Formats: sequence, C-alpha cells, structure tokens
Amino acid sequence: MARAVTTQRKALTTAAAWTAALLIFFPILWTILTSFKSEADAVASPPLWLGFDWTLENYQTVLERANYFRFFLNSVILSVGSTALGVLVAVPAAWSMAFVPGAKTKDLLMWMLSTKMMPSVAVLVPIYLIFIRLGLLDTRIGLVLVLMLINLPIIVWMLYTYFKEIPGEILEAARMDGATLRSEILYVLLPMAVPGIASTILLNIILAWNEAFWTITLTTTHAAPLTKFISSFSSPQGLFYAKLSAASTMAIAPILIMGWFSQKQLVRGLTFGAVK
Amino acid sequence: MGQISLDKVTKRFGDVSVIPPLDLRIEEGEFVVFVGPSGCGKSTLLRLIAGLEDVTNGRISIDGKDATGVPPAKRGLAMVFQSYALYPHMTVRKNIAFPLRMAGLSQAEQDKKVNAAAAVLNLTNYMERKPGQLSGGQRQRVAIGRAIVREPAAFLFDEPLSNLDAALRVNMRLEISELHKTLKTTMIYVTHDQVEAMTMADKIVVLNAGNIEQVGSPLELYKAPRNTFVAGFIGSPKMNLITGPEAAKHNATTIGIRPEHLGVSATSGLWQGVVGVSEHLGSDTFLRVSGTGLDDSLTVRAGGEVGLHYGDTVFLTPEMDKIHRFDAQGLRIA
Repeated sequence: MARAVTTQRKALTTAAAWTAALLIFFPILWTILTSFKSEADAVASPPLWLGFDWTLENYQTVLERANYFRFFLNSVILSVGSTALGVLVAVPAAWSMAFVPGAKTKDLLMWMLSTKMMPSVAVLVPIYLIFIRLGLLDTRIGLVLVLMLINLPIIVWMLYTYFKEIPGEILEAARMDGATLRSEILYVLLPMAVPGIASTILLNIILAWNEAFWTITLTTTHAAPLTKFISSFSSPQGLFYAKLSAASTMAIAPILIMGWFSQKQLVRGLTFGAVK
Repeated sequence: MGQISLDKVTKRFGDVSVIPPLDLRIEEGEFVVFVGPSGCGKSTLLRLIAGLEDVTNGRISIDGKDATGVPPAKRGLAMVFQSYALYPHMTVRKNIAFPLRMAGLSQAEQDKKVNAAAAVLNLTNYMERKPGQLSGGQRQRVAIGRAIVREPAAFLFDEPLSNLDAALRVNMRLEISELHKTLKTTMIYVTHDQVEAMTMADKIVVLNAGNIEQVGSPLELYKAPRNTFVAGFIGSPKMNLITGPEAAKHNATTIGIRPEHLGVSATSGLWQGVVGVSEHLGSDTFLRVSGTGLDDSLTVRAGGEVGLHYGDTVFLTPEMDKIHRFDAQGLRIA
C-alpha cells in the first residue's frame, strides 16, 4: 500500500515537474518554431504547430538587414567583460566579508542585495547624465561598467556564500605556511572555490547577456549588443513576428547552448553548500 | 631554538575574558601539553602563540625576541590542526611543499626536503594522491609533513588526534613522541585527553577557565596535584574525592585517593560497600563501589581477574601514605 502511494506520488511529482518545465520553456520553443515560419503562418489562427512550410528565409533577411556578428561580438564583450571585472572586484569583497566579518557585515550584504530590488528606471536619469558628461554613451567600456555594477551584488553574495563553506582552518594553515594574503587567495581560496566561482561566472554572463534595459537605453550603434539587435526588429514598419523570432533565436542561441552544456556546473554551483 | 615565553598574556573577546593574565615559560626542546576540559582556553592559548589570534595585553617572546605583533608566518612556528587543514586541491607532494614554495625555495631544494619528510613519515607511496584519497592517519601524517619541512622553532599541535579512531590514535601518539625524540624540537600540544597528556608530555600545563591550575611533569601532577581540579582531572580513572567526616579525620576538607591506591578484600577493610558496575579491561577491572557510607561511590582499580560481581559485598582500605589532603579552598595541604 505504502509502495503504491509512493509510486503515485512520484508520478504526480514528475508530471508537475514536466508541466512546469514545459511552461517555462514554451515561449522559447514557440519563438524558435515561429522563426521557421513565413510571416503569414506566424500569425495564422488557429496557430500552426509543426504543419507549416519550414523556411530559412527569415534568418536570411535578418542577416542581410543587420550585421549580426557585430551585435554578437558586443554581447560577448559586455557580458564577459562585466563579469570578469565584477569577479575581480567581488573576490576581495567576499573574502573580507566571509573571513574577517565585522559587526555590520550581514547588514552590508543585505543592503547590497537590496539595491537589486530598486527599479532600474529610478536611476536612469542620473546615469544617463553621467554617461553624457563622461562621454560613455554608446561605448563598450561604459556598458561594461554599468552591467558590472548592477550585477555586483549578486556576484559578491554568491562568492560570499561559497567562501563561507571553506573551512577557516585551511586559510589559517596557509597563513602559518608563510602565504601572503595574495598567495592565500590565489593558491588556496580560489582553487577551492572553483565550482562556486564557475557558476557565479556562468550565471552572471547569462544575466549580462539578457540585460535589456540599460543596453538598449545607453547604446545606439557602436556598443549595441544582441538585445538592441532584437529590439530593432520590432520596427515601426509593422510587426514581423517571424523575423523578430529569427532575430530572437539568433540572440538567445549562444547563451542557450552555453547554459545547456554547463547546466550540471550551474546546478552544482547554485546548490553548493545547500546539501552536504 | 624554540624557547617560548608568555608574560602577563591576556585575551578578551569583547566583554568575555578567555585568558586572564597568564605567565608561562616553555623551554627549548620540551614537549609541553596543554590539557583541560572543553572551553578552558587551551586552543586559544595555542592560537595566541601561533599568532592566529592577537593578544589583548601582555607579551609573547620566541627565542628571546618579542613576537607579540609578528604575523604567524614570521614566527618560525608550524601548526598541525585538528581538521588536518590540508589543501584538498593539491597532491600530498604539493601540500608538503607548500610552505617551501611560499618561502621561495628552488624546485630542487623543495623536492629534497619533501622527499626527506615523506620518508620519515612513510608517505613516499602516496605522494601523487590528493587528501581525499587518504585515510585519516595518512592525512594527519601529511599535515605533520607540511609542518616538518619548515624546520620550525616549535611545532604547535591543536588536538591533532581527536578525529582518529582509538587504535590509530595510539599509533599516532607513539609516532609523534618518536618524532619529538628524533627532531628534538619544541612541541606544544593541545588536548582534552589526559591520557595523551600523561603519555606524551615532558611538561603538562593544566588549564581551567583560562587559568593555569598547575604546571609540572606528568608524575608530579599525578603524585602531587596542587588542587582538587588537577587531582580530579589527571589520572584515569579519576581520583576519588571524599568530603565530610572521613576527610575531617585527616584534618582536611577533602581527601583524594586514586582508584589504584584502594585495596580490595572480600573479608575485611576500612570501608564496607557493595559492588556496582564493573568494567573489565582484561589487565584491570574498574569497580564502582557504593553504600560505603561516604558521600559518593568509589572507583577501585582491581586486578584483571578479580572474581567480584554485581551486588557482592567488599571491603576497601586506602593506602594511607597515598591519601591527598585538600583544604576548604581545594588547595593541597602539604
């Protein structure tokens, strides 16, 4: 009897998990399917699932109309650059918070994280004005800085959590062994935190890659990443769902593939310390 | 080298005083054991000597030089931690070589010293393994190896055997003692296990609530405990402490008699009692005897095949010259 209940419960859980996963994945799947349809098929009612004339025409048009690779390159530079810079800043911060905490460290961490809850638009005007003043509008360096700053609280928080898992005695042993602070971090702490750092990097690349508000607002052409590329297809000439879908698919494909291959690492990193 | 002095050293964590003013002198080449119950400050004291904690007041000198503000690495000490604290991402070889690498030694010099240490500690066959692939005893040896290669002025051991099983603990105890005889370097060893303290130490420092209760050789502490705390802490099974009229007969508030100094007879003796639980160790039997009219039951160390059982009536007689007398403050009466 107990066995039957368990099996039933298992089946229900599995069904619920699949439903949730499909619901989350459905918009992506629909975008990918639409990208292979003609504009007429894309808006057909009732919607066409698989029984339509598959075409690569949209991709061809999209590639002809815009320089995809320039946008792609900008996305790579912005996401990797902002993450690398963020990690460089966050490692010392997380180290000090994890290993030499003060009375207010927890509050400081919470405050840092709370800035993520503030709507971006609230600081749009000051940031925009600063960017104009410093000549950073539509520059990669400007966007790298902004993306780094908006994701920094998450990077610090994640690294702090991973560092907390590392026994303090090991770092003390390194200190006794004559390691300077730099050697202690470089040779002992960082290699031990590799799974955590890897997942922090992956997650932040994804966050920076997907960031649309700042990247669309603060760029025009030169530093424009794939988010701008997509938005340029929701054009004033009318709605072109199929082409927009092709552009979106091309924009999300790299990060989707990267996420797919690194999902084991991501999950391991995100649950690091949660299960012993 | 390796003489360490503590002058009026204190340590406070916020409002909590962990170490009240404390003086201690550790001579060169000595094997000193800090022993005491959990929370008595023995590990804190070791960490103060190591430089991993800052002293609140007072002075620590190593080989005559003031080391109070000197960072851990510059004190010339090596420490073996309770958790081994090995670098899990490095092989045994790299773990042992780490302090040498930090000191900037050439690869050839590193190899020479690491191989020599590995030979001493029987680790030669495990050099390319990572700590996760080693047993507890092997890990402990790697931790000791990492300490040895530094050729420190003194070794600091923080409860290094408490994570090992009983058999391995005895082996490692002997190995560490052997190492001390070979290297002749000062060793400071922290433990809560008084058997480790008695078997390994040249000098034992008994700590209680941050205070030094007594310093002396194991036999001095055994034969002449300065107070009831030391009397109860040193010796296994612990000393029987008796108060009341029986103590008053000896002009004392408390008298102490060790289990091995109580004679057992089935026919006659000073105190009559009933055998409770017995622990048979083969070589010895520890009997709990109650109903003696004293305020607590007594532990008696009898021979291996004593032939007494639960509920048997026995007579106990203490060896009069082995009775320890303590006053109302718990201090030894000479």
